Amino acid sequence: MANHHTSSNRLWILGLIPLAFAAYFFLQLEGVASGQFLQFSIPWVPDLNVNFSIYIDGLSLLMSLLVLGIGGLILIYASGYMAGNAKIGRFFFILIFFMIAMLGVVVSDNIFLLFIFWELTSISSFLLIGFSHESEKSQKSAQQALIVTGLGGLALMAGLIMLGYIGGSWELSELLAQGQFLDGHPAFPAVITLIFLGAFTKSAQFPFHFWLPNAMAAPTPVSAYLHSATMVKAGVYLLARLYPIFGGSDTWFFTLVIIGGITGMLGGWLAWQQKDLKRIMAYTTISALGILVFLLGVGQKIGTEAAVLFLFVHSLYKGALFMIAGSVDHETGTRDVTILGGLRGKMPLTMVAVTLATLSMAGVPPLVGFVGKEVIYEATVENVDYRVWLTAVAFVMNFFNVAAAAAILYMPFIRSQPADTQLELDHTHEAPWTMWIGPLSLGILATLSFFFVGSELFSGQLIQGATEAVYGKPAEIKLYALPPALTIVPILSIFTIVGGIIFFAVQGRLIKAARAADAAVSRFGPESGYFAGFDGLLAGAASITLFVQNGKLRRYVLYVVVSFILFVGLPLFLNFGALSWRLSPPPLLYELIVSAVIILATLMVTFARSRLAAVAALGVVGYGIAILFLYFNAPDLAMTQFSVETFTVILFVLVLYRLPAFKAITSPAGRLRDVIIAVLAGGFMAMLVLLVTAVPQSQHVIDYYAQSSYPLAKGQNVVNVILVDFRGFDTLVEISVLGVAAVGVYALIRRGVIRGLSRGERGES
Amino acid sequence: MNRSLILMTATRYLVPIILMLSVFILLRGHNEPGGGFVGGLLAASAFALYVFAFGIKEAQRLLGVHPLALIGSGLFISLGSALIAPIFFGEPLMTGKWIDTFELPGIGKLGTPLFFDIGVMLVVVGVTLLIVFALAGEDEQLGGGS
Amino acid sequence: MNLLLAVVVGTLYGAGIFMVLRRSIVKLILGLGLLGHATNLLIFSTSEVVRDAPPLIKTGETSLEGVFASPLPQALVLTAIVIGLASTAFAIVLMKRAYAIMGTDDVDVMVTTEGS
Repeated sequence: MANHHTSSNRLWILGLIPLAFAAYFFLQLEGVASGQFLQFSIPWVPDLNVNFSIYIDGLSLLMSLLVLGIGGLILIYASGYMAGNAKIGRFFFILIFFMIAMLGVVVSDNIFLLFIFWELTSISSFLLIGFSHESEKSQKSAQQALIVTGLGGLALMAGLIMLGYIGGSWELSELLAQGQFLDGHPAFPAVITLIFLGAFTKSAQFPFHFWLPNAMAAPTPVSAYLHSATMVKAGVYLLARLYPIFGGSDTWFFTLVIIGGITGMLGGWLAWQQKDLKRIMAYTTISALGILVFLLGVGQKIGTEAAVLFLFVHSLYKGALFMIAGSVDHETGTRDVTILGGLRGKMPLTMVAVTLATLSMAGVPPLVGFVGKEVIYEATVENVDYRVWLTAVAFVMNFFNVAAAAAILYMPFIRSQPADTQLELDHTHEAPWTMWIGPLSLGILATLSFFFVGSELFSGQLIQGATEAVYGKPAEIKLYALPPALTIVPILSIFTIVGGIIFFAVQGRLIKAARAADAAVSRFGPESGYFAGFDGLLAGAASITLFVQNGKLRRYVLYVVVSFILFVGLPLFLNFGALSWRLSPPPLLYELIVSAVIILATLMVTFARSRLAAVAALGVVGYGIAILFLYFNAPDLAMTQFSVETFTVILFVLVLYRLPAFKAITSPAGRLRDVIIAVLAGGFMAMLVLLVTAVPQSQHVIDYYAQSSYPLAKGQNVVNVILVDFRGFDTLVEISVLGVAAVGVYALIRRGVIRGLSRGERGES
Repeated sequence: MNRSLILMTATRYLVPIILMLSVFILLRGHNEPGGGFVGGLLAASAFALYVFAFGIKEAQRLLGVHPLALIGSGLFISLGSALIAPIFFGEPLMTGKWIDTFELPGIGKLGTPLFFDIGVMLVVVGVTLLIVFALAGEDEQLGGGS
Repeated sequence: MNLLLAVVVGTLYGAGIFMVLRRSIVKLILGLGLLGHATNLLIFSTSEVVRDAPPLIKTGETSLEGVFASPLPQALVLTAIVIGLASTAFAIVLMKRAYAIMGTDDVDVMVTTEGS
């Protein structure tokens, strides 16, 4: 255990690697912002248009910085949080695996590459949500997240392929350069719907939002990283990426504004009622994702600018808050805000971090969250057509976020612990350094907004570069840490904060009624639909399996034959009217006699009452066929068939006397059914012969053997030459199969010899 | 088991004839109907006859080796003939190679396909006899001839 | 001519399928034998059936000339016949063991490999 502890404590070093990469990306900022995008491409599967092509513009760079920067801090945090966990190695592996996949999503140029990385993030998310795989709740949540995002991923792939097909390129950069080429195309609604499905499921938009709160079953570093800062933003990233193609259309505007608005308000409404600190975070994250989608829907320069800025700002404070929730859980053993309290003195550094992060979340100046909120209001106010509506929706979303921020700060930290709880917090102390360094750095970064927001590096390069990538046109961006003039926008911000705090003060009276109302509504919510669908699928699969696979071999054969008749025989019969009823050359008398003997013997095999008669009749069938081979110029076949048939009869006779006599065990109705099926199948096979012979056979293969046998293989018997020379490899495999069959027989018999005689044999002899 | 004197006597004379015939069928297979499969089945039938006439023990003694050994060596010979071209001549697997200097009567030129067919024959004999021995003498201990 | 082969093939298939659907394992294996014959004949009949022209190059010639039976289906069927022997043998032995261990020849009753 101690060993574990020391070794896992060194794992924080891993966090420095992504941070170094982040620094490298940061150095590229100036070049990228001035239009020198990083780009390279390696052919991967060129025949399928799959290339490993990377394209980093302003948006990709911003996303990469978030993925790597927050990723580094999360790795450091996780080394403390997961310390002592026996599976810590696996945890770090999957987390880093995810980091690479997520980085891949945001830098991919090739559509297929993007999709591959997209799915890899879903899979690593599945593995991380289900990390405590012994817990049934984890299993269910992981499965739910995978199914929802996986189905969305399929829709996305279809949408992207259609997009690439219509646009004539599989590289995003080339598609984006064509602008709104899809406008007016008949496939536009289909493409945009499919892509929306992919983005909405990944980014937990209503009505697919339900998987995200359940994903909180994952260890907290995962929630902070995947389910808040990065992976859930992949859908938003995709929408932003495709803005130059779809942005500006009515479908885009209304779908995103309505879905984003509903998601943002619903997330906010559900957030303030939660008891679990992580669930509060989860719902505010849903709310923030809704805001992002909403802003992309609003669009134009200011809408995309607001989206980009809020994306950045949100990742800073929400990443910090999630880590803090984990620290609280780690040090106190609970995340229930109703019984927590008084942590301000016990965890002072965490207290500083949570204060900065929640103030930023609430949009209090001069923190960077305030700037984000200002630009959101600017975007809604600047929209001419729907100014009031959009602003109202943005207000509701922001307002709930303030209330949630107040709850996160006040309940566990500022207030004293409620007297009536059992929770013992006397020995609680500050988390290890690995666990406060991340939130504190992010909090301080949010606070330093005054120094960097207005800078050329931040607003002129990072945010402007990303905005231009989304907007598709040059955009001059100037940000202020504090508003330069008192317009409607700062007034709205003030109202939001004040309103949110008042709401928080009175929420205790509302919370019971709100929870009751939610419980009533949720019975008809999308998650109930998911479970109903899921259970229905399982029940349906179970009943089909019981019907089809009932363990009886004959039943399986029956299905195969009936399916063959229905799906192969019947279409053949319906589609090929012109059968070839050729009788030329007319059969000779002895050919007719042999055929008649074969048919009679076949019927005798079928209806014989004695086993010996049946076996003898089978022998007659075989010899008859051998004679047919002889008539029709296949001397090799005839010879082989004669010998084989002899052996078959001998083998049957050798075992037959050990087996019981035939008895009629099937009911007459069952026999009739089998006769009908057998006659139908036989009829179709006869038809098949007529069909095949009606088609002139390809001559060139036959000619090749006819011409080459002697010159190339020095043999006059062409059949033998094919067997031992031209197709010798087939024969080699065939005799290997013979050997395997013989070894199988040997093993079966040997086993019997060794184990002594079993019941059946004793009874007979 | 009672053994028929006629069968025993006839078998004594028939077995060598059938075996010779099987070799003949094998060798002429490249130019006339015949080959390893038929040859193998014929040879196996000679031993099968021997089983019915004299019992498994005698048949196994006549055969001299375990049928599994026949299967193994047959596979080995076939594979070996297929490998001659790539190993010694750097040509693709299974390329036919012949000794061009002389021609045997009835067989034609001596080459790798003939050895391939001999391998096929050995496998077929082995497989068939293994099964016949197994079924005919399940109660007796299976094994090699000696 | 193809009609004649078609009737034979159809009969073999029909009878084979009927037998495979029986509950007695002996009938099932007899059915497999019939299906094997049927398939061999089906493959064989895919090429033009001719008389008196086996795919043997006459001595002195270097290739098959004029009308001749197609060698390709013959080579395929030859392989199939021998494989058929091996699989039939395996099936027979398996049947014997199954009956010895389970004491029944009814496929519907053979649902477990445990001795009854």
